[in-house]
Amino acid sequence: MSQYVAVDTVGVAEATPDEKQPWAELGLKEDEYQRIREILGRRPTQSELAMYSIMWSEHCSYKSSRVHLRQFNEKNPRTPRLLAGIGENAGVVAIDDNIAVTFKVESHNHPSYVEPKQGAATGVGGIIRDIIAMGARPIAVMDSLRFGAIDHPDTARVLPGVVDGIGHYGNCVGLPNIGGETYFDPCYQGNPLVNALSVGVLPRSRLQSMQASGTGNIVILLGAKTGRDGIGGVSVLASATFSESGEDDARPSVQVGDPFTEKLLIEVCLELFDAGLVVGVQDLGGAGLTCALSETAAAGDGGMHVDLELVPLRAKGMEPHDILASESQERMLLIVDPAKAEEVLARAHRWGLLATAIGTVTDSGRLVVDFHGQTVVDVPPKSLADEGPVYNRPIAEPNDLGLIAVDRAETLPRPTTAEEIRQTVLDMAASPNLCDKSWITEQYDSSVFGNTVLGTPHDAGVVRLDERTGVGIAISLDGNGRFARLDPYLGAQLALAEAYRNVAVTGATPIAVSDCLNFGSPEDPHVMWQFERAVTGIADGCQKLGIPVTGGNVSFYNQTGREAIHPTPVIGVLGVIDDVARRIPLGLGRTGDTIALLGTTHEELSGSEWASVKHGHLGGVPPKVDLDHEMKLADLLSRLAETEQLAAAHDLSQGGLAQALVEAISFSGMGAQILLPEGADPFTYLFSESSGRVLVVIPRGQELAVRTACESRGLPITPLGVADANTDGLHLRDHFDITRDEIDAAFKGRIGARLGE
Amino acid sequence: MSARIGIVTFPGSLDDRDAARAVYLGGAEPVALWHDDTQIHSVDGVWLPGGFSYGDALRCGAIARFSQVMDTVKAAAAQGMPVLGVCNGFQVLCESHLLPGALVRNAHLRYRNRPARLRVETARTAWTSAFAPEAEVVFPAKHGEGRYVADEATLDQLEASGRVVFRYLDNPNGSMRDIAGVANEAGNVVGLMPHPEHAVEALTGPSTDGLGIVASVLAHLSEGARR
Repeated sequence: MSQYVAVDTVGVAEATPDEKQPWAELGLKEDEYQRIREILGRRPTQSELAMYSIMWSEHCSYKSSRVHLRQFNEKNPRTPRLLAGIGENAGVVAIDDNIAVTFKVESHNHPSYVEPKQGAATGVGGIIRDIIAMGARPIAVMDSLRFGAIDHPDTARVLPGVVDGIGHYGNCVGLPNIGGETYFDPCYQGNPLVNALSVGVLPRSRLQSMQASGTGNIVILLGAKTGRDGIGGVSVLASATFSESGEDDARPSVQVGDPFTEKLLIEVCLELFDAGLVVGVQDLGGAGLTCALSETAAAGDGGMHVDLELVPLRAKGMEPHDILASESQERMLLIVDPAKAEEVLARAHRWGLLATAIGTVTDSGRLVVDFHGQTVVDVPPKSLADEGPVYNRPIAEPNDLGLIAVDRAETLPRPTTAEEIRQTVLDMAASPNLCDKSWITEQYDSSVFGNTVLGTPHDAGVVRLDERTGVGIAISLDGNGRFARLDPYLGAQLALAEAYRNVAVTGATPIAVSDCLNFGSPEDPHVMWQFERAVTGIADGCQKLGIPVTGGNVSFYNQTGREAIHPTPVIGVLGVIDDVARRIPLGLGRTGDTIALLGTTHEELSGSEWASVKHGHLGGVPPKVDLDHEMKLADLLSRLAETEQLAAAHDLSQGGLAQALVEAISFSGMGAQILLPEGADPFTYLFSESSGRVLVVIPRGQELAVRTACESRGLPITPLGVADANTDGLHLRDHFDITRDEIDAAFKGRIGARLGE
Repeated sequence: MSARIGIVTFPGSLDDRDAARAVYLGGAEPVALWHDDTQIHSVDGVWLPGGFSYGDALRCGAIARFSQVMDTVKAAAAQGMPVLGVCNGFQVLCESHLLPGALVRNAHLRYRNRPARLRVETARTAWTSAFAPEAEVVFPAKHGEGRYVADEATLDQLEASGRVVFRYLDNPNGSMRDIAGVANEAGNVVGLMPHPEHAVEALTGPSTDGLGIVASVLAHLSEGARR
């Protein structure tokens, strides 16, 4: 066993204080390294250095974002619904007296660029384990994807791989994909965004904690064997910028996923939770055992002793720091009463899942890791998990803001004749960001579990939680990088308002938020300015709307060389609906139903899809946000859902009214006869992206009741026309007609065709 | 007492709960069966659900064929017990040689999820007896390996003996002769790729045609009881 002689133990570290250590190569700054020496009173061992470098990385420590994220806690509205919030694996909100829901969105951007299929797949796997760790059964996933230009050759490498990865993992683990978004913009060429959301349901009594408490309790590692995959994933991939040359081959840092083992993990964990066999639980994701051991020990009341040679390995010759840093997927850490340990192992075995006791909870206050009897780690666990460095990074407003603000899209040349506007409707419907995304979503299972009430392409996913009561949830995931580039505060609030409205449009009441904050390098003061503005926008917005941020994720370093992505906060909003049978779908109802517009259309074209598609333009000021109006709108929609006074509804967002009509016609197969309000400029009315607007379809006989409901809330409603099965496509009176075939020819089949399929 | 339909859970089965819901909504009693158990607890019929049994290791359904429960299912099928395989369950039945042919990678090489329109080609099986002849049904089809293949002689024989049970009206995967489901000679064992258990409620499915599958097996079982 000569290989073990070379292991860098605590004793060796004490005896060789001047040994040169690769702290810089591991991403630590000199003062950070000195702090580690102060904490330990000696130099760290190789394993300890690896652990600190991981836990103090941007990804794990939130060292650049923490000072700003505090706003969420300061401004979050107090609600009795919130059972677990920021800092837990995922936020948990109560649905009723018995059941709760947990949800979270997380990024896996860099891995998905390096190795699209496995990068995206393990992103889904990771977020699912966060949900399990709260005691919940995962019940659905969603994804928010951003790629470079659709006809860039690399997009044909990245997009199909990412979609295959999300589909393969989600389909095999057995979770319906209930919605999401896909956008294209050259700014994401070297930095695609892959944000995955998962949601789970639990009896409130089954809520789990990550505490390793109770001296003498057993630490059990459950799931896959530990290999060399993903070593340094968080410190290498998630906490640094890709070089412009693209020469750095980071592929060995991407993990490989096995959804089959994940499916077994779900079943075993839930069985163990239900039988009351688990004291504490933590998933192994980024930072692997290092993170799980230090976080559970830090959250507990004592210390922990681990014998690392007991960890089942799938590669030979792994050294202790490799085992501690490995990001092998599909593993969970359990803290178990010794009297129940045997039953835990037996239940795992019944499912064919590996479970191994690797350590015990102690009262030493230290996290001690031995390897074949030699101590390689002896640290205070809080110093890893909770006491990492915190930076107040310099912030500077970008110099070009003034110039951008005056470069308004409202001054760009527009189509004027009926034929030009008609053609613009079709061109927009065919554009990459607005066209039908079936090529992607058909690769996802949407109906497993049999509880998906609304999925793609509805505004939000709606899932039934309880077959007896019909209670369910709605979720939407939205972002708009262009608006956030123009104004990160407003852009973040526009994303929040859109996700909130998308949930409301189904008839659900929004109750909670999870966010994924995708930004460039925090070392760039302009990026930090964008970040601070966006966080403030979300925190202020949630305070106003009365729904708390329950958790999420920050992804920095989304840039290649000096070029950062658009600041892209992606917002997930969760809503509750008392009876899913009363949800409001996308569509056009029946012949003779009234089509009307809620909200007001202003001349707001800056940052719009039209400005981008037709002029390649990004400038001006994004649309106004009116959160009071959004709250009234949500209140109205949930009331109209309850009383079943709407046949259909659809949020207006990218592409404006024209695109909303295209989608409703294509989805329903019905036609629409539309008459624009007198004096309305047809181009502005069709393509403006003013927020706070919803297209509604009112069944015959309900028009007066709906109008009264709007007026009593001070909400503007404008009748636009009627739904008609005998009208072929869109009839815009006094202007033009577009047949359903023309709409479908423009709208459908675009993604596959553009990718060369 | 209502008929008891056993639903097998293999490691990696995904639609076991959904099959149980379909059985329950169809008026029968679902009974959970475990892959590693020779017992099938005096059930009247067996449903092998969709999913990725044993992680699709080797080939879809290839490992499940050797599970403890399949020994018992095979013996019961030989005695005439109704056995249904859906999606991965169909793959398991083919791998177990309870049904002829094989299910290979879709012709377009992708997993695809779309509602499939099917024609019920025969009502002379345990699982389709309640359908009108040539009835059209809509079940979600969602799979990556659902392309039905067999040699020409087998296909001819299936056609001639009325054992093609479901046929695609818009072939989604390149299946030979648009075959979506087949039966054994006795008609008690049926496999199909599309998912009847995801078409049992108007709220969640593209149709409620899937309830006809449960109605069929109930009719078949009560007829057997009368004989």
